[in-house]
Amino acid sequence: MFQASALNDRNARIQRRWRLLFLVMTLLLILPVAIILGLLVHHGAPVISWSFLFEFPRQGMTAGGIFPALLGTIFLVSLALVFSVPLGIAAAIYLSEYARDNWLTRAINLAIINLAGVPSIVHALFGVGAFVLFFRFGTSILAASLTLGIMALPVVIVSTRESLQAVPRAFREACWALGATRWQTIRKVVLPNSVSGILTGVILEVSRTAGETAPIMFTGAAFFLPFLPESVYDQTMALSLHLFVLSTQVPGVPEGVPYGVALVLIAIVLSMNALSIGFRMVLRGRKRW
Amino acid sequence: MVGPERTESGGNSLLEVDDLTVSYGRHVALSGVTLTVRQNEIFGIIGPANAGKTTFLQAVNRMDQFNDAIKVDGAVRFMGRDVARWRNTFALRRQIGVVFPLPVGLPLSVYENVAFAPRLRGVSKKADLDVLVERYLRRAALWEEVKDRLDTLGSMLSGGQQQRLTIARALSQDPVLLMLDEFSIAVDPVTTMKIEDVLRELRSELTILLVTNLVQQARRLADRTAFFLDGSLVEVGVTEDLFTGRARHRETVDYIEGRFG
Ligand SMILES: Nc1ncnc2c1ncn2[C@@H]1O[C@H](COP(=O)(O)OP(=O)(O)O)[C@@H](O)[C@H]1O
Ligand SMILES: [Mg+2]
Repeated sequence: MFQASALNDRNARIQRRWRLLFLVMTLLLILPVAIILGLLVHHGAPVISWSFLFEFPRQGMTAGGIFPALLGTIFLVSLALVFSVPLGIAAAIYLSEYARDNWLTRAINLAIINLAGVPSIVHALFGVGAFVLFFRFGTSILAASLTLGIMALPVVIVSTRESLQAVPRAFREACWALGATRWQTIRKVVLPNSVSGILTGVILEVSRTAGETAPIMFTGAAFFLPFLPESVYDQTMALSLHLFVLSTQVPGVPEGVPYGVALVLIAIVLSMNALSIGFRMVLRGRKRW
Repeated sequence: MVGPERTESGGNSLLEVDDLTVSYGRHVALSGVTLTVRQNEIFGIIGPANAGKTTFLQAVNRMDQFNDAIKVDGAVRFMGRDVARWRNTFALRRQIGVVFPLPVGLPLSVYENVAFAPRLRGVSKKADLDVLVERYLRRAALWEEVKDRLDTLGSMLSGGQQQRLTIARALSQDPVLLMLDEFSIAVDPVTTMKIEDVLRELRSELTILLVTNLVQQARRLADRTAFFLDGSLVEVGVTEDLFTGRARHRETVDYIEGRFG
């Protein structure tokens, strides 16, 4: 009796120690994020104003605002989504719901997972070769957003497929047994129950795409443009590249400005993430099994 | 379409299974099963776990289509027509209602669970659907318990209610054949009795293939019973004969008397 309780005490002590260890490690993980955010807000917040957001850069980009870059990022990301989301979701539905389980499917799946891990600079080079040169889109919004889209595609496919696979197979079987076709099953049972996961994946991908510099640098983003682009064949400015340029290429930029640009970029990314978390919470409240 | 044929011992046959062999990859789950199910009978299938009972049902409604590892040989004729030749297997499945061992409520409301199959066959007017939903819920002896909460999720019902919901859903297909796979495995005894009463009433309208883990349930309900063991059909007989010592095979007697299971 006595021995058993001594053992329990010891186990409880060990457990407390482990918990403490994990807590400390988690806090260590959060620390850099907190410091970065703190610095950005501290230096960047004072420069942010309506005119900063909605005016053109002036005096060799040492004064004025970031409007063309902000708008450019929105253009690039939206267009990239238009390419990658429908295609990615369709591919994921095919792979998860239709494809036979054979070596070809397995090879495709493997390829997609590997593509998702390819560094963005490699996608950039592909974009130059394929869109700028081969398809003769030149360095343009079109080429840059296609490159971003290609980069986003495998991630969209993987995250969508995972959401689809999270719907229990028993639901599909019950539905098929009722005489529903594959498509009826997908539309009425699988998609409604995976849409939250799919959206979350897409939104997270948007936020990642918004911050990318390498894929757009050689394919369509410009250092500085005095005008807004007029068509998808024009170049555009973009926040991520603008930040890079301001902090390394242009002398005489006031100290707060790059921080301000970074803060805007981070705000876009974080609000996208917040949106996706919100989605998940709303839709999880409606989870049906 | 070829009409149902007369068989040796009277009664029209609905399902004729001829030398059915099913394997998963290299593993043979069912071999050389030959039997006939007549119209409007309750045909029981008993046998220990892994005997191939579920596999048998899946071969009947062509669920093998959704599993690339399954290989089916032999013939299953349903309403006189080989199911392998049925090009539109979805139409085949609409004729065959299925109830699974664990109740699988689709992630939809009670109402939508039962309206699902009617919607698939094109019923879309709310008033028509209301009538159908009530009819099938009544037939499954569930209407009184859920009529005030048709909009709640099916999965919020108790286990026994969910299983009756899946029966209502299977009936809503207006099937020719109803296949139940160990429906009472996760259901309380009272609900089991309720469902058994439902099945007895249904006998006049359709044919029932009843896979059961309870041999006494087969005795209570089935006109004829088949005993499966290790992927083979040991024997088929009039249920009462099997249970009164007139089984032809030693294993059947042993299984029925509970000497293994
Ligand atoms: N999806 C599957 N993949 C591989 N083997 C299976 C599968 N389903 C069933 N089996 C095998 O087939 C045999 C029969 O299974 P099953 O038809 O489920 O038996 P029962 O319903 O009588 O318990 C078992 O040996 C089982 O392991
Ligand atoms: Mg089974």
